[in-house]
Amino acid sequence: MSASPVYLDAATAAPMHPVARQALLAALDDGWADPGKLYTQARRARQLLDAAREATALTLGVRADEVSFTPSGTTAAHGAVLGGLAGRRRVGSTLVHSAIEHSAVLHAAERHVDAGGIATAVPVDRLGRLDLTAWSTAVRAPGVALAALITASHEVGTVQPVAEAAAACADVGVPLYVDAAQSVGRVPLPAGWSVLTASAHKWGGPPGVGVLAVRKGVRWESPWPADERESGRTPGVVNLPAVVAAAASLRAAAADAAAEATRLAALVDRVRERVAAEVPDVEVVGDPVLRLPHLVTFSCLYVDGEALLHALDRRGFAVSSGSSCTSSTLRPSHVLEAMGVLSHGNVRVSLHRETTEADVERFLTELPGIVTGLRAEAGVVGL
Amino acid sequence: MPDEVIDCRGQRCPLPVIAAARRMPEVSVGTVVRVLADDPAAAVDIPAWCRMRGQEFLGSVNGPEGPAYDVRRTH
Repeated sequence: MSASPVYLDAATAAPMHPVARQALLAALDDGWADPGKLYTQARRARQLLDAAREATALTLGVRADEVSFTPSGTTAAHGAVLGGLAGRRRVGSTLVHSAIEHSAVLHAAERHVDAGGIATAVPVDRLGRLDLTAWSTAVRAPGVALAALITASHEVGTVQPVAEAAAACADVGVPLYVDAAQSVGRVPLPAGWSVLTASAHKWGGPPGVGVLAVRKGVRWESPWPADERESGRTPGVVNLPAVVAAAASLRAAAADAAAEATRLAALVDRVRERVAAEVPDVEVVGDPVLRLPHLVTFSCLYVDGEALLHALDRRGFAVSSGSSCTSSTLRPSHVLEAMGVLSHGNVRVSLHRETTEADVERFLTELPGIVTGLRAEAGVVGL
Repeated sequence: MPDEVIDCRGQRCPLPVIAAARRMPEVSVGTVVRVLADDPAAAVDIPAWCRMRGQEFLGSVNGPEGPAYDVRRTH
């Protein structure tokens, strides 16, 4: 029996918004020239790029000249961290970050430490929420060049106290970088940040477009070899058709964001309640209230995460997992580790504009039997 | 010192947790069982299992036999 596909991994990549597809096709015809040149085709490309930047800046609530498009969200995060540190190297060489940052931020931090810098990880509680006292202490230490905080956890959905964390940074003049990849186009952005990054394929734009926003007056210095494009913040010519599509879909996603957040949050609440009630020995993780509207995570005791992903895939469900057996490094998710919650049998379900109530119902109907089947196979029933 | 040792080295999670869960009802209340497990996920999952099952996690040691986790049966 074949199962119709139900894609529930929007936190990795949302299906492309129809507006993105339309804009992409139009820009392929109209926006192939290098926008930096001085002829008609280039001027047309420049107009498209300027319009995309204006629209993106408007949605983010910043000035157009504060926005640069990068080749990916990962590149944007690397640039945000390394550029924020480079811009303040006279102040010191310490990066303060939460323990639950995206791996792109942590990999940039590793590079910084390898080069002789310092990185201080601030813990989170069992719900995945930043320890604000530890954060305030950490950013007050001498020599802090930059602080980095994800707006909301990409793995468990817990919204972070960004405004409070930003206030602690502002008290001591430390710029705050926020990774807003799971928030942009879905929920209102917090205030108080100096540098922000996002990734278009999380909001229904095409893959391969990141956004790096650096507020005016922030000491940020490009960590890359010199290049005059994108205000000197990221080298190389932009993928203009993809950028145009990203900007168009961001505007569309932001216009529907409030209604979609209400709709999806109700479905997420249903998943949290039903999974906890109908799957024995399951731990639903993350803050039950202060959370993203589209993302929910749980771990099933005694179940192999990889086996669970494959079993769900055979039934047509595409989900993600933070279990060690599903990662190339065979390490459990650092986010689940920092929270101290079960890491095996882990499933992250993330919804998007095409997700229907029927999709979620089918998932909830089939999940208990799939988990029971895997436990029976492994001989762990009744443990 | 533990009262007994379960060797789960070379096993991937959730197997070390399952081994601990199987052994626990067989030992008397108060017994300390040491789980040897070199899968890094055990460091997260054995304490989490103790919390979910109401058993006492005494801590981890990293000795000559690699990472080890001590659990006391409390009920």
